[in-house]
Amino acid sequence: MRLSRRDRVVLTLMVVIPTLIQMVFIWIPMVLSVLLSFVRWNGLAFDNIRPAGLSNYQYIFQDYPGFWPAVQHNILWLLFLGVIATPIGLLLAVLLDQQIRGSRIYQSIFFAPVMLSLVLIGVIWQLFYSRDNGLLNYLLGTSGTPNAVDWFGDPNINIWAALIAATWRHAGYVMILYLAGLKGVDSSLKEAAAIDGANAVQIFFRVVLPVMKPINIVIVIITIIESLRAFDIVYIINRGTNGLELLSALIIQNLVGEGQVIGVGSALAAILLVISLVPIIIYLARTFKKED
Amino acid sequence: MSAFTPVGLPPKTTLSEPREIVQRKTKGRPHYGTHVFLIVMSIVWLVPLGWAIFTALRPRVDTNKYGYFSFGGSFNLDNFVTAWNQGGFAKLLMNSAIITVPTVILTLFFASMMAFAVSRFSWKFNITLLIMFTAGNLLPPQSLAAPLFEMFKHFELPYWMSDSGSLLNTYTSVIAVDTAFQIGFCTFVLSNYMKALPVELSEAAVVDGASVWRQYYGIIMPLTRPAFAALGTLEVIWIYNDFFWPLLFIQSGDRLPLTTGLNNLQGQFISNYNLLAAGAMITVIPTLIIYLLLQRQFVAGLTLGANKG
Repeated sequence: MRLSRRDRVVLTLMVVIPTLIQMVFIWIPMVLSVLLSFVRWNGLAFDNIRPAGLSNYQYIFQDYPGFWPAVQHNILWLLFLGVIATPIGLLLAVLLDQQIRGSRIYQSIFFAPVMLSLVLIGVIWQLFYSRDNGLLNYLLGTSGTPNAVDWFGDPNINIWAALIAATWRHAGYVMILYLAGLKGVDSSLKEAAAIDGANAVQIFFRVVLPVMKPINIVIVIITIIESLRAFDIVYIINRGTNGLELLSALIIQNLVGEGQVIGVGSALAAILLVISLVPIIIYLARTFKKED
Repeated sequence: MSAFTPVGLPPKTTLSEPREIVQRKTKGRPHYGTHVFLIVMSIVWLVPLGWAIFTALRPRVDTNKYGYFSFGGSFNLDNFVTAWNQGGFAKLLMNSAIITVPTVILTLFFASMMAFAVSRFSWKFNITLLIMFTAGNLLPPQSLAAPLFEMFKHFELPYWMSDSGSLLNTYTSVIAVDTAFQIGFCTFVLSNYMKALPVELSEAAVVDGASVWRQYYGIIMPLTRPAFAALGTLEVIWIYNDFFWPLLFIQSGDRLPLTTGLNNLQGQFISNYNLLAAGAMITVIPTLIIYLLLQRQFVAGLTLGANKG
């Protein structure tokens, strides 16, 4: 297609302006994040920047008390969302995809938490979990007794309490995506399987789930990325300390407040960045494979 | 008809003939077990939210007297009024609007231009750029926090423009980064949508001598309206719900948007759960309005983004 000179200018501007925005606020900071992980800096004047080699990484891997718990919690977050929350969402989607009465009402209920901010979810569950005034301790009969559990405060269990709150939202999200996916499944496949004598469970696992492979992969990737991005809930509970360490929260703890350690924060950020790029690249490679 | 009709999927598969036979067959079966399970799950799902509303509606004196787990005393909206006034919600809500409205408009504007250029024209790096745009949106925001914070801190501005002398503590910083992050996702979704529009449209336009801008503004944009409605709704909720960027960039409590301000209110109201619950429920109101009016659009936006693959 031949373009006039003016059209060329318009088209160039349409590409260049958004690209510059991405470059300044995402791509350059991404590179800087890695570069800053090799320096020692307090964030003040630029001439305070000192090369630090790999010492930030050495400190993180060997001495930083929060790091390994955070790695474990991030992995736990992924496993919990993957093994508990995602199957709940899938189950809800399968049940609601049948032509049952009130399907729309059920969908609206399970979907409601997806629209709430994670901060709000943290507050709502705090009211529910509170040791002295929370509903859960009343229901368990432990309220007001020495056995009352501080669900968000006890470092041995607060990660599980936070994960249940996260599940509340994630399952609804997964349900919506699968409901859309299930509508795309050709019902003649199910019919054929039923005629061959397959029962509902067999039809689901042998026919429906394999046909939904593209959406399964999207959901796996979303689950991985969500568990790496998890931040808001633990931050609102206790800034991501005392049993709720996550990589994302540790980064912020090193950047804000008095003792700013930009190098250590950036090294944590670089680690998180590299881990995140793995699922992102797999996802993009799949998505864009057919285009070229 | 279900509540959720995804825009991104072909509609033709939903009503083929065998399906109708199956439907007739299954309609006769009442699904008792399924309903019992779904009702139990629904109750479990609603309990945390219901408890928050229940607590918010009860005066502090009554819960002190009867306990939180009781039905004694009165129910009214006093906590909402008190929380609204003590928490400075009018200001926080205003801040949310100041950040959300420009961010969503700028995001859709830039993303639509980029998507148009990428999907309707073929040039050397168009797919590469699209991939990089999409990737940026998927990164954990915290991994870019340090450089962005330092960039803004060292970007000096005269004091008449910013009382911090830099880009920190300004709405601009939050709007800029939120926009940058969301452009990636919106470009991805819109380019898929625009790619599906027939090529003949553009060819006919070229024959008629339409300029590139005219093709974008006069032909493609009007046809993309359904995707804009879905994405716009989704983005309003996402930006309104964004906690992290204002937390990082804004220090003055009176400049925070509602979602991030809730963090401070939690500290302020921690000794009064009734007020905390009421404050939390106030932040739901904008979401609730969209939930009731535009739930379909929100869901369509979510599935538009994920069903490509």
